[in-house]
Amino acid sequence: MTAETTQPASNLAADTPATAWTPDQPMVSLKNVHKAFGELEVLKGVSLDVMKGEVICIIGPSGSGKSTLIRCINALNDIQQGSITVEGIEVNDPKLDKLELRKKVGMVFQQYNLFPHKTALENVMMAPLHVLKESKAEVEKRAVGLIKKVRLEGREHHYPGELSGGQQQRVAIARSLAMTPDVMLFDEVTAALDPETVKEVLVTIQELAEDGMTCILVTHEMGFARELADHIYFTDRGIIVEHGPPATFFTDAKDPRTKEFLSQIL
Amino acid sequence: MLEVIAPFFQNLYEKTGINFIIFYDQYEYDRFIHAIWVSFQLIIACLIFSTIVGIIGAWAQGARSKLLRLTMAGYIQLFRNTPPLVQILFFYFVLGNFTPTYDAGGFQQAYIGAFGWAVVSLSFFAGAFNVEIFRAGIEAVPTATREAAESLGYSRLKAYIYIILPLAFRVCLPSLNNNLVNLLKTTTLAYAIAVPEMMYTANQVWSDNVNVPEMMFVLFVYYIGLVGVLVWMMNRWERKMKIPGYG
Repeated sequence: MTAETTQPASNLAADTPATAWTPDQPMVSLKNVHKAFGELEVLKGVSLDVMKGEVICIIGPSGSGKSTLIRCINALNDIQQGSITVEGIEVNDPKLDKLELRKKVGMVFQQYNLFPHKTALENVMMAPLHVLKESKAEVEKRAVGLIKKVRLEGREHHYPGELSGGQQQRVAIARSLAMTPDVMLFDEVTAALDPETVKEVLVTIQELAEDGMTCILVTHEMGFARELADHIYFTDRGIIVEHGPPATFFTDAKDPRTKEFLSQIL
Repeated sequence: MLEVIAPFFQNLYEKTGINFIIFYDQYEYDRFIHAIWVSFQLIIACLIFSTIVGIIGAWAQGARSKLLRLTMAGYIQLFRNTPPLVQILFFYFVLGNFTPTYDAGGFQQAYIGAFGWAVVSLSFFAGAFNVEIFRAGIEAVPTATREAAESLGYSRLKAYIYIILPLAFRVCLPSLNNNLVNLLKTTTLAYAIAVPEMMYTANQVWSDNVNVPEMMFVLFVYYIGLVGVLVWMMNRWERKMKIPGYG
């Protein structure tokens, strides 16, 4: 008997590629996601869907798993159970092509995390040059455009250390956009900023959302979430307690935990 | 050059007995110049190779492969815990026995001679320390910076080359500086396997001419000068790499 004839049918099924993603399906989809750091269970079965062009905000008290949740979406954290797909790519697949995923998903961090040894413009240009291997002229053109888009003309050749927090964060946004992602993740991007500079970053994100970028934000800026989000998710102790469009979410919360949280911050 | 200084040193010797023979005798002068040339080659080769060993070693220390990490740990222990003189002698007399040879007109010449073994052993000796120095620099790069690179699609190697190493370098330059100064001075141990660098040559000169104090003086001045130049260059480099508004 040859190996060919004994190959079980289930193997063949596993080898067939996942069905191609179409825009009418959720762009990002989480199903029953479980994540633990050692003994500590951070996510206990989280499910959510994000359609193309949607802006969703995840809110909730500290330690409720918000940041972990969005870090799992671009595989910065792995998950123990459940499934996460981005445009049909299974993030939890051990054979995941991380580069393929990260071309689709951009991420902006609370602490900006710019590369301090490169100027603002270089920060924006680096990844397309090193990772995508695009031509320098093309990348530079795009980078200059992005710097302009985040309103930092004239600061191209400043180092991160010479820029304010808000400016650094806008460079970080431009840096992510330079990879032409389909979805952007924002992890408490205004939490480290002083109140005056929060606005300039929020305006940048707002413009991005208005351009049709799919955005997933973890935020404490309730006013911003209310104004911009298509959908709000409230997480507490590793689960999504309640979710809904902002119009009903903020005025009509059902769960006592949501009510308590909102009463404290609104 | 020799014609200019020779009369002065000849005169000095005749009047006072202070014998800087390398500065007025053609034969000894040539030996001295050759020693400078050899010691330069030795020092530069060791500086470069030991730094490369450090960079690659620090990368290997963080590798996924357990075998690679264990090999690195073993290498560092071995080279840090044994005297460099013993290492040089071991490389030359033990490993030297197994090096392939070629026919050099009637006798067998090894492909790696004393100079080659000195470069290899000293580079691995200083390299072991450089690995640890680079590791300290790499560990000083925040995880957040690594994650930013990762989320932009950088592979581990690309992030190391373009982001982590340039930042780590700036952190570890002062310690690297120290170790390279040490290495420069340790190259004198090559004298034990008859590499005609400065120490070996000085020894030969004073054996022939019984002018030990004078040659000792030359050695001191030579190494003080060389270390001075190295430190000056490293400091300049450190200043040049300083990032505006960072650290």
